[in-house]
Amino acid sequence: MNVPDDLLYTESHEWIKREGENVRVGITDHAQAELTDVVFVELPKIDRAVTAKEAIAVVESVKAASDIYAPIKGQVVDANKALEGNPALINTDPFGEGWLFVLKVENADDLKQLKDSAAYKQQIG
Amino acid sequence: MSEAGDKKTALYQEHVRLGARLIPFGGWLMPVQYAGIVQEHQAVRKDVGMFDISHMGQFVVQGAGASEWLNRMLTNNVQKLEAGTGQYTFLLNERGGIIDDLIIYRVAPDRFLLVVNASRSDEDFSWLEQHRSREVSLVNRSNDFGAVAIQGPRVQELFRALLGPGKELPARNHLVDVTIDGTPVSVARTGYTGEDGVEVFFPADRAAVFWNLALEKGAAVGLKPCGLGARDTLRLEMCYPLNGSDLSPEHNPLEAGLGFFVDLDKPEFIGRDVLSKVKAEGPGQKLAPFRMSGKGPPPRPHYSVFHNGERIGEVTSGTLSPSLNYGVGMAYLSPQHAKIGTEIEIEIRGQKFPALIEKKPLYKKP
Repeated sequence: MNVPDDLLYTESHEWIKREGENVRVGITDHAQAELTDVVFVELPKIDRAVTAKEAIAVVESVKAASDIYAPIKGQVVDANKALEGNPALINTDPFGEGWLFVLKVENADDLKQLKDSAAYKQQIG
Repeated sequence: MSEAGDKKTALYQEHVRLGARLIPFGGWLMPVQYAGIVQEHQAVRKDVGMFDISHMGQFVVQGAGASEWLNRMLTNNVQKLEAGTGQYTFLLNERGGIIDDLIIYRVAPDRFLLVVNASRSDEDFSWLEQHRSREVSLVNRSNDFGAVAIQGPRVQELFRALLGPGKELPARNHLVDVTIDGTPVSVARTGYTGEDGVEVFFPADRAAVFWNLALEKGAAVGLKPCGLGARDTLRLEMCYPLNGSDLSPEHNPLEAGLGFFVDLDKPEFIGRDVLSKVKAEGPGQKLAPFRMSGKGPPPRPHYSVFHNGERIGEVTSGTLSPSLNYGVGMAYLSPQHAKIGTEIEIEIRGQKFPALIEKKPLYKKP
């Protein structure tokens, strides 16, 4: 499984990429493989205020719907509309074209709570 | 993922070797998918796919009064079966509620094979044993047999390779005993996918040999191992019911729209009085197939169904149809709401999405 070293991670399998004051969020390669074929994605509304570990998006495979959680407190500033037409991007390019949303981070110190790639690798074995 | 106590079929090691994702189902640890539900689904619609169905139960009923006794236990008419043929039928309780749906084969004039759902196998067996006539024997052979379903338009090509020259598959709903590469197998022309296909039964200790032979010979016709995920999407596109989801003791076969498999001309069978009354008065509910009108989230079991703002029922089965690329499902609704063309709404995470009651099957071969 691909676990890029320059990203942060959550226990619930989201990846987090720092982009200045914002973070871009998606689900990991491991998560997309576990979910299997993604057939529908429900994105959070722009401007929504979110808290850490709040369910704010839904990714559905043929078999099941899975919640996606905000990794930290902040505000939604962008969401990947391309997924509405092509949800399979999550399977084919989970760390790139398959990103889910961008959050404006309220407190940069919160990022310290997240896992680094080594810790996430250990988690997924 | 797996629960302690889940049984493993004789093909468990093959599933592990093929990298299947295994889930608990009906007391068994079963493959839900190998490469992916959508591609397995397409393999069955376009080429051919193979499913492990060894978890299903097999009972053998034998004796001089076997057909008379079975006719009192089951809704369809066993006496219409010639030796070597089978039929779909129901096991009902006294209230006409469905204990199980199953296929019964008349193997010989006084010998029958019943193939039942894994999750209901123990319950079916004790119900039959409780009601057993002393003239007949009832044996649970579930542990002795392995079984696979091989389904898809290229199944005949595959069996030409497996059976050798000059041998053809049995006709629809017929069962034959043959030997394939040293393995004695019973091949029944039936299935749960809407495609041409067979279900094949063999001794459990020959399961891996047969499975691997079919995979090897099947490579030329695009055969893929398929899991329960594709089995579910395939059957739901055809509106075939799944016991435990669409069928239960709270519903009878007439409500499920399966009166064709109930012979009310038989003088006696368990549940007959209730069903005669339902037939005369018309069922209070009908299992209705629907398709989502837009490209929203797929419907799932237990989602609420609305009509003009009023809650009228809940989804029993729902999924994204890989063939149609729309959400599809079934729900028990009043006869008025179950009419083809009725506009309904499915509530998904607090939001209502439009859907239309359709004719069955939801998928028709192009």
